[in-house]
Amino acid sequence: MKDIRVKRIKNGTVIDHITGGQAFNVLKIMGLRKEYPRTTLTVAMNVPSKKLGFKDIVKVEGKEIKKEEVDKIALIAPDTTINIIREHEVIKKEKVNIPARLEGVLRCANPNCITRFEDATSKFIVEEKCPIKLRCSYCERVMSDKDIVRQF
Amino acid sequence: MNLKGKDIISIRDLTKKDIEYILKTAEKMEKSSDRPLKGKILSCMFFEPSTRTRLSFSTAMERMGGDVIGFASKETTSVAKGESLKDTIKTVENYCDVIVIRHPKEGASRLAADVSKIPVINAGDGSNQHPTQTLLDLYTIKKEKNRLDINIALIGDLKYGRTVHSLVYALAMWDAKITLVSPEGLEMPREVLGDLNRFNAKINETDDIETAISNSDVLYVTRIQEERFPDPGEYEKIKGAYRITLDTLKHAKKDLIILHPLPRVDEIAQEVDDSPYARYFEQVNNGVPVRMAVLGLVLGGVR
Ligand SMILES: [Zn+2]
Repeated sequence: MKDIRVKRIKNGTVIDHITGGQAFNVLKIMGLRKEYPRTTLTVAMNVPSKKLGFKDIVKVEGKEIKKEEVDKIALIAPDTTINIIREHEVIKKEKVNIPARLEGVLRCANPNCITRFEDATSKFIVEEKCPIKLRCSYCERVMSDKDIVRQF
Repeated sequence: MNLKGKDIISIRDLTKKDIEYILKTAEKMEKSSDRPLKGKILSCMFFEPSTRTRLSFSTAMERMGGDVIGFASKETTSVAKGESLKDTIKTVENYCDVIVIRHPKEGASRLAADVSKIPVINAGDGSNQHPTQTLLDLYTIKKEKNRLDINIALIGDLKYGRTVHSLVYALAMWDAKITLVSPEGLEMPREVLGDLNRFNAKINETDDIETAISNSDVLYVTRIQEERFPDPGEYEKIKGAYRITLDTLKHAKKDLIILHPLPRVDEIAQEVDDSPYARYFEQVNNGVPVRMAVLGLVLGGVR
C-alpha cells in the first residue's frame, strides 16, 4: 500500500512518519500554504502506525524539500523520513535528525534578546530532543515546541 | 587552572573547579597589596547605569594598579547615535585590555564576547546573568561557613531575580540543601528548577518561613517589587508576610547568616542589622576581592 502511494508522485517529496497531528506544521514549514498555494498535495493524518501509534504523511508534487526545511521538521517531528522522488523513483531516502546546535534556523522567542536588536545569527543548543528544548546561546532562555511552532 | 584570556559571561560556563579557583584567588586578593595589573586598562561599558557594580569593578582594578576608562550610561556614548553594539566593542577594544559590560538586553555580553579580541566580563545582561554577583555570594558563604554544601533558604521574589537563579544553579553544584519560599506568582520558574536536575541538589518549596529559617545556615532575602503586583493592597499584605524581623528569626540557628543582594527596601527590618545574623554589608564588601580575582585571572596578572 505504501509503495503504491509513493509511486503515484512523479517528481517531488514524500514526507512520512510525521508525528501524528504535525502535518499542517510541515506544510507551513515548506511554505505550501502561503508561498506555493497551488502545489498538488496529498495529506494523510492520523494513519495507524506500528512504530508511532499514529502518523501523518504529506506528499508534495513538483517540489523537492530543502535542507533547512528538513532541519525544521526534525524539531517538531523527530521520526520523520524524507523521500525525494524523480521520475517515479525514490532517489533519496533519509531520516530527519536533530543537530546538537542550530544556527540561524530559528529566531529567539525572548523579545528582549540581543539577537532581536543586533545583526547576529541566532544560535541554540539542543538540550533535549523529545520534547524539544532549545537554549539560546545568547540570552540563555529555553524555547519549547510551542515557541518553535509559532514561527512557522 | 588558567583563566587567562577567558570571558566571564555566565555562571553556566564555569565548572566547579573554576569557581573554587576564583574564590581561592579572591581570598588571596584580600590580603595582597601587590599591583599586578599596573599598566593594564579596564573599560567599563555601562549601557545601563549601575553605580554599585561599576564602582566595585573600578575599585578592584585600581587596587591592583590598573586604570579604568569607560562610560556610565548609554546617553554619553555613540550608541545613543545609533551605533551597533558590535561596532562599539570593535572600537573600544583598541583602547583597553579587558571590558566589563552591563547592558539592558539579555545576551548582549555574550555577543560582545563573540566580537571582542580581549576578555569580556558580564556585569549584568538584562534579566539573564551577573556572574560576579553570584561569585561574591558564594565567596561570602564560603568565608562565613567554610563550605558550600549548606542548608540555605531563599526568600522573596524568586521569579524575576536573576541573582537567585544563578546562585541556586551554582549551589546545586555543591549539593546544597535549598529551600525556596516565595509569594504565589513569584515562585522560581520551572525552567530554572528543571535545569538543576543534572545535579544532586535537594530542593524543596514551602510557605512556612519560620521552619525554613530554623533549618538553615544561610538565609538569602530578595526584594519584592511593587510593580509585580497589580493591586497595591495585595502588595502590602505580601510585603508584610515576607518581612524578616527579629521575631521571624526567633527560632533561627545561632550561627545563621543573612544575605541580601541590596539595595533593600524594607524586607529586612533595620533592627536585624545589629543582630549577629546580618552579613549583607560584608557581602557588598566582598565584591571587591572577587572582582580583583576575576580581573587578575582573565588578564593573567595573578595565577
Ligand atoms: Zn535569545
